[in-house]
Amino acid sequence: MGRRLVYMDHSATTPLREEVIKAMEPFFRERYGNPSSLHSWGRETRQAVESARRKVGLALGSEPEEIYFTGGGTESNNIVLQGIARRRGKGHIITSSIEHHAVLDVCRDLATGGFQVTYLPVDRYGMVDPREVEEAITPGTVLISIMMANNEVGTIQPIKEIGNLARLKNILFHTDAVQAVGKLPVKVNDLGVDFLSLSAHKFNGPKGVGALYVRKGVSLAPLCNGGGQERKLRPGTENVPGIVGLAEALELAMGELSPRTAHLVALQKRMEEGLLKIGGATVNGHPQLRLPGHINVSFNYVEGESLLLGLDLQGVAASSGSACTSGSIDPSHVLLAMGLEPEVARGSLRLTMGWENTAEDVDYVLGVLSPLVKRLRKISAHYPQSRSWEGLKGV
Amino acid sequence: MNEIYLDNSSTTRPFREVIDLITDISLNSYGNPSSLHYKGIEAERVLKKARYEIARVLMSGEDEIYFTSGGTEANNLAIKGTAYRYRRQGKHLITTAIEHPSILNSLYRLQKEGFTVDYLPVNDQGYISLERLGQLIKTDTILVSINHVNNEIGTIQPVEQIGKLIKQRNPRTLFHVDGVQSFCKLSFSLASWPVDLFSCSAHKIHGPKGVGALWVKTGARLTPLFEGGEQEQAWRPGTENVAGIAGFGLAAKLSAGQQKQDAALMHSLKHSLYQGLLDQNLKVKLNGPPLEEGAPHILNLSFPGVKGEVLLHALEEQKILVSVGSACHSRRPRPSHVLQALGLEKQCLDSALRFSFSSFNNRREIESVIHHITEAVKSLSRI
Repeated sequence: MGRRLVYMDHSATTPLREEVIKAMEPFFRERYGNPSSLHSWGRETRQAVESARRKVGLALGSEPEEIYFTGGGTESNNIVLQGIARRRGKGHIITSSIEHHAVLDVCRDLATGGFQVTYLPVDRYGMVDPREVEEAITPGTVLISIMMANNEVGTIQPIKEIGNLARLKNILFHTDAVQAVGKLPVKVNDLGVDFLSLSAHKFNGPKGVGALYVRKGVSLAPLCNGGGQERKLRPGTENVPGIVGLAEALELAMGELSPRTAHLVALQKRMEEGLLKIGGATVNGHPQLRLPGHINVSFNYVEGESLLLGLDLQGVAASSGSACTSGSIDPSHVLLAMGLEPEVARGSLRLTMGWENTAEDVDYVLGVLSPLVKRLRKISAHYPQSRSWEGLKGV
Repeated sequence: MNEIYLDNSSTTRPFREVIDLITDISLNSYGNPSSLHYKGIEAERVLKKARYEIARVLMSGEDEIYFTSGGTEANNLAIKGTAYRYRRQGKHLITTAIEHPSILNSLYRLQKEGFTVDYLPVNDQGYISLERLGQLIKTDTILVSINHVNNEIGTIQPVEQIGKLIKQRNPRTLFHVDGVQSFCKLSFSLASWPVDLFSCSAHKIHGPKGVGALWVKTGARLTPLFEGGEQEQAWRPGTENVAGIAGFGLAAKLSAGQQKQDAALMHSLKHSLYQGLLDQNLKVKLNGPPLEEGAPHILNLSFPGVKGEVLLHALEEQKILVSVGSACHSRRPRPSHVLQALGLEKQCLDSALRFSFSSFNNRREIESVIHHITEAVKSLSRI
C-alpha cells in the first residue's frame, strides 16, 4: 500500500468546503462594506449578515434574532457563563466533569468568586445521568451547562431530558454543541435549551467565527464592550465573510445530514472492527450514543503520543486528546472521569472522520496502526514479552 | 461609473493577494495549530509567519503579539485585562473624551465595578493637554489609554511624548495606545516608544474582517477576557483564525511596504478635496487639526446649513460613499461624541461628513467628488 495523507482529526477542525469559500469570496472581493455604514455598501453587507442569521435560525429552529455571531465556540461558551455570572453575581452552577476547557476553566474561575460549582460525574461511557442533575439542583442554582456531545469520546448526552428538567425547575440551561452541530439534528426547542454554542470550523466552515443561541427574553452581560453590533452582546465590526461562511456551511451540513451520517457510521463500523482485530484495544465512549465517525480507542501497553507520532510519519493526522490540550501529556480529564486507569487513558487515540474520508482511508489507517501497535508493544517495558498476544485476550 | 469609496476608516478593500492567501490557507492549510500532527504543524507555521510579519512592522518581539478577533476585542483586552490584573496596585485609569466606543464603554463598565476613570478633554483640534495629563497621574494610576489617530477627525496624538510623561510621573503606570487607525498608516517603531500595549485591526489595512492583534510589551501582564485553552499564551484562547491571521500578516507586510507612497498619495487627495471645495466657494469647515498635521487618510468637514445624513445619501445617489461619523455607532444618528468634544456648534455637528481615503483612490475620483458635493450642497441649501 502506497503512502497517502489521511486527515482523521475532524473533532479538532475540518477542511473548509469549496462551496463555503465560494460563498465567502464576494464579501472579500467587492462587497467589503462595513455593515454599520449608512451607505448602500453598508446596507448590502448588513443584509448578508441578517440573511446568515435567518439561515442559522432556520437550522436551529430558532428565531433569527435569537442568534448572535461570535469569534468562535470558546467565546460563545464564555459569553454564556461569564454573562450569567455577571448578571447574577452569585449562585450555583451545575456542569459536568467532562466539559471542554472553555466551560471548565470559566467555572473554576467563578468558583473563586461568588459561585458554587457542581461538577457532575459521568459513567464509564462518559454519560451524564439526568437524575444526578436533578439531585444537584439547589434553590440557588442559576445555570446548568452540559455539552451536547463530548469532544474526546463523542458520547452524546441526554440533553432533551436535562432540558425538560431545567424547564420544570425554571433553571437556565446551556449546551456546548460545538461538536454536535453539523453531525446531529439540533433544534433548540426540542432540546429545551436556553443557550447553545456552536463553531463554524467544526462543520467545514471557516475558523474564527461561531454563533450563540440565546432564548428570547434572557439577558446576558457582554464580555466585550464597544459599538452596537450583535445588539451589544458582541460588539466589533462583523466578520462578514466568516458569518456568511458559517451560515453556508451549516446549511450544507444540515441539508446532507442523513447521507453524511450513514457514510460516517459505515466508516466508523469498518474502523472499529479493524481496531478490535489488532487486539488489546478498547473503544472508549458510549457504544451506540456516540457522534458518527468518532472513535476513541485505547491500546494497552502503548502510549497515545507514540501512536500519534508513528501515524503522523505515515501521513495520518489523528489526535490523542482534544487539540487544545494535546500539547500536554497529562492524561485526559474526560477519560479519567470515565474511570479509566491513567495508563490506559495515556494510551488513547482519537480518530474522528469527516465527509471526505473513504473506506480506503480507513483501511490505510488500519494498515499503519496494526504493525505500529505491535512494534510499540515490543519496546514497552510493561508488555509481557514472553507471552504471545493471543494469551492476553480479555486483559 | 464605479462607486467611489471614501469610507476607508470604516473598513477597507482587502488586497487581492490577501484574498488569494486566505482562500489558499482555508482550503489547504486547514489544520488546527494546537494539533500535534503534520496538519497542525503546517497551520502553526502559518501563524508563526504572520506573527513575524506583524512584529516586523511594529518592530517588536514576535512573542509580544496576541491575535484577537479584531480591534474591539484588542481594546477590551487591553483595558479590562490590565485593570483586572493590576487592581491591587490601584484602581485609577485615564483616557480621553474622543476614544473609540470599545475603549469608552469598557471604561464605563469598570467604573460601575469601582474603578475611577478620568476623561481628558481635547482642544478644538482634538489634542489633549500634556500638562493636564501630568496632573492626573497619581500613584494608583494603573493605565492610560489614548488613541494614536482619532478615527473621526484624524488627530495624531504625540504618543511618544505622552508615554515619556507617563513614565516620568509614575513608572508603574501602563500606557495603551489604540492604534487601529494608525497601524500601517503612519510610520513608527514600538521598540523606541514608552508604550506598553498597542491595538490594531486587519480590516483597516486591506486585510480581512474578524482579525486584530494586541501588542503587549514583555513584562506587562494581563487577565484574559475569556478562558478555555492555551492559545496565544492563554491570554486569548480558542482555535486560531489561521487563514484570517495569515491575511492580516500579509496585509500588514504589503501596507507597511507601501506606507510612504500611500501616505503621500492620501495626503495629496485630502488636500485636493478640501482645496477644491474651498475653490467652489462652498461654506466648508474643517474639523480637527490643520490638514498637514492630521493623519493622511482622514478628512472631516462640516457643511453648515446642510444635514450630514441628507448629504451622505445625496452623494450615495452619485455612487460616492462616505460616513457621518465612525461606522460603529453611525446607525444611530446621534451627534458624534468626538465632534462634541471639539466644541463644535450645532450647525457644524449636524452637517459633518467624514471622508477617508486609501491607496485605491485617485485624483479623478476626487474631482468627481468635488463636483457632486458642490451640486448637492447647493441644491440642498436651497431647500
